[in-house]
Amino acid sequence: MRVEQIAVFLENKSGRLAEITRILAENDINIRALSVADTADFGILRLIVDKVDRAKEVLRGGGFTVGKTNVVAVEVPDRSGGLAGVLKVVNEAGLNVEYMYAFVNKSGANAVLIFRFDEMDKAIAVLQEKGFVLLTGAQICAL
Amino acid sequence: MIWQEIETLPRAGLESIQLRRLQGLVYRMYDRVLPYRCKMEAAGVKPGDIKSLADLRKLPFTTKDDLRDNYPFGLFAKPMEDVIRVHASSGTTGKSTVVGYTQADIELWASVMARCLTMAGVTRGDMVHNAYGYGLFTGGLGAHYGIEALGATVIPVSGGNSKRQITIMRDFGSTVLLSTPSYALNLADAMIDAGVTPDQLKLRVGIHGAEPWSENMREEVERKLGIKAVDIYGLSEIIGPGVAMECLHTERGMHILEDNFLPEVVDPDTLEPLPYGEAGELVFTTLTKEAFPLIRYRTKDISRLFVEPCGCGRSLIRMEKVTGRTDDMLIIRGVNVFPSQVEHVLVGVEGVEPHYQIEVTRDGNLDVMSVLVEVSEHIFSDEIKVLENLAKKIQAEIKDMLGVTCKVKLVEPRSIQRSEGKAQRVIDRRKI
Repeated sequence: MRVEQIAVFLENKSGRLAEITRILAENDINIRALSVADTADFGILRLIVDKVDRAKEVLRGGGFTVGKTNVVAVEVPDRSGGLAGVLKVVNEAGLNVEYMYAFVNKSGANAVLIFRFDEMDKAIAVLQEKGFVLLTGAQICAL
Repeated sequence: MIWQEIETLPRAGLESIQLRRLQGLVYRMYDRVLPYRCKMEAAGVKPGDIKSLADLRKLPFTTKDDLRDNYPFGLFAKPMEDVIRVHASSGTTGKSTVVGYTQADIELWASVMARCLTMAGVTRGDMVHNAYGYGLFTGGLGAHYGIEALGATVIPVSGGNSKRQITIMRDFGSTVLLSTPSYALNLADAMIDAGVTPDQLKLRVGIHGAEPWSENMREEVERKLGIKAVDIYGLSEIIGPGVAMECLHTERGMHILEDNFLPEVVDPDTLEPLPYGEAGELVFTTLTKEAFPLIRYRTKDISRLFVEPCGCGRSLIRMEKVTGRTDDMLIIRGVNVFPSQVEHVLVGVEGVEPHYQIEVTRDGNLDVMSVLVEVSEHIFSDEIKVLENLAKKIQAEIKDMLGVTCKVKLVEPRSIQRSEGKAQRVIDRRKI
């Protein structure tokens, strides 16, 4: 129940994000979700794409430093309190969120929350036990 | 004013003193310093072969590597019970350069410093503000003993706490400032902050060395502090400050105290001595030191020698302000930094492969060193804090090892320029 995510190191200079999206577009890779974390000097782009290994390969070929990490995708109803319900469980279980981002799927009924936890196995077990819907990479791409 | 008659001797008289001292030195080195004796034997030269100053070129060179190989005391020519002081400077990969002094060496050092101070017009009536660092660095203590030998009053203020230094300068009536040129500019800024103007001070002359500085910087120091600024040259291997000094005529170069420090300029590639006036690597032989004498020590500083007499009346050879280095050594805020030291730290920090570049800029009067490190997949993380901690760790280890605070900047792979596959390790954007 893990989703593969690609992370790319971004130097803080103009045109880098444009270059990444250009490479992905040229290789017919679709971005399902993304977030950028930044500091004064550098940034990290996190992507969920339909063709993970291909994306990694072409970005590497373009001279980028690319990493592959596992994240958890939780599907919740798109209404107020959706995220709060997940975080309540996470907090009670003593889990730490390293980072998270979210997107709303096409149907508009559900939102997908992407989490990176300090203890991934424990997080998956706790969330499943509480009845949350965890998505696979293939399911995200099919949304 | 001239401190010692020897400074105005006709060349022939000076050269006969130099030869006599050189011959004595070569015998001493051959007898007492085994690593140098081995070098002489390998070169097939005996002490008796030195019959004129021209024979100097028969003698083998001494390099920084020789100092490192014989760390810490292996090249001393006197037993340790005769050594009364050691100093050390930062080394390339952890090993520092250690130098030693006998009682006579300390007295020699004080006398050459006193002669240098005299060249700058300092007399026993002066109040000398010594802002060179005291400690293992030769600057502070070397100057200190010279000021005392001259009979002037020394304020051993050392470096740092600029605000307090301004107060002391004003209240004590300092007339002479000894500091690195960049610190002199720092003090000038601190003066403005403290609302003190040059006419509230009695400063007359500044003696600045231990780092490269330009004519523009000299002009700036003179204007901001309202003083005459002169250049002093020295390196710990030779004695410390007091090897060469500009007189108040400041006519092209510093007078080398060559009755003690015999200079040569050689081609850094062929190692052949070059005629006067040609630029090359500066080489010194210490004629009179006891504990740590050196024959033909390669300084890696690039300079030229001028033998024409100076308007001040001294017949001593002058050396041009050092215009560069034959190696990649950088001087950052007075501290010697070799790129190899930075590389050593990067290799040591787990996972960092040394694809790096050192960029030096000047922010106001202060040197700023930035280390650019390429982020490889090996060290990359999707978490900001991991990368930030890595940058902090590199910064802390460089500070620990070199004593210099730097900025660490993580950059994308292949963003550091490579020429023919080899990275350009240093970009010095300071205008010196």
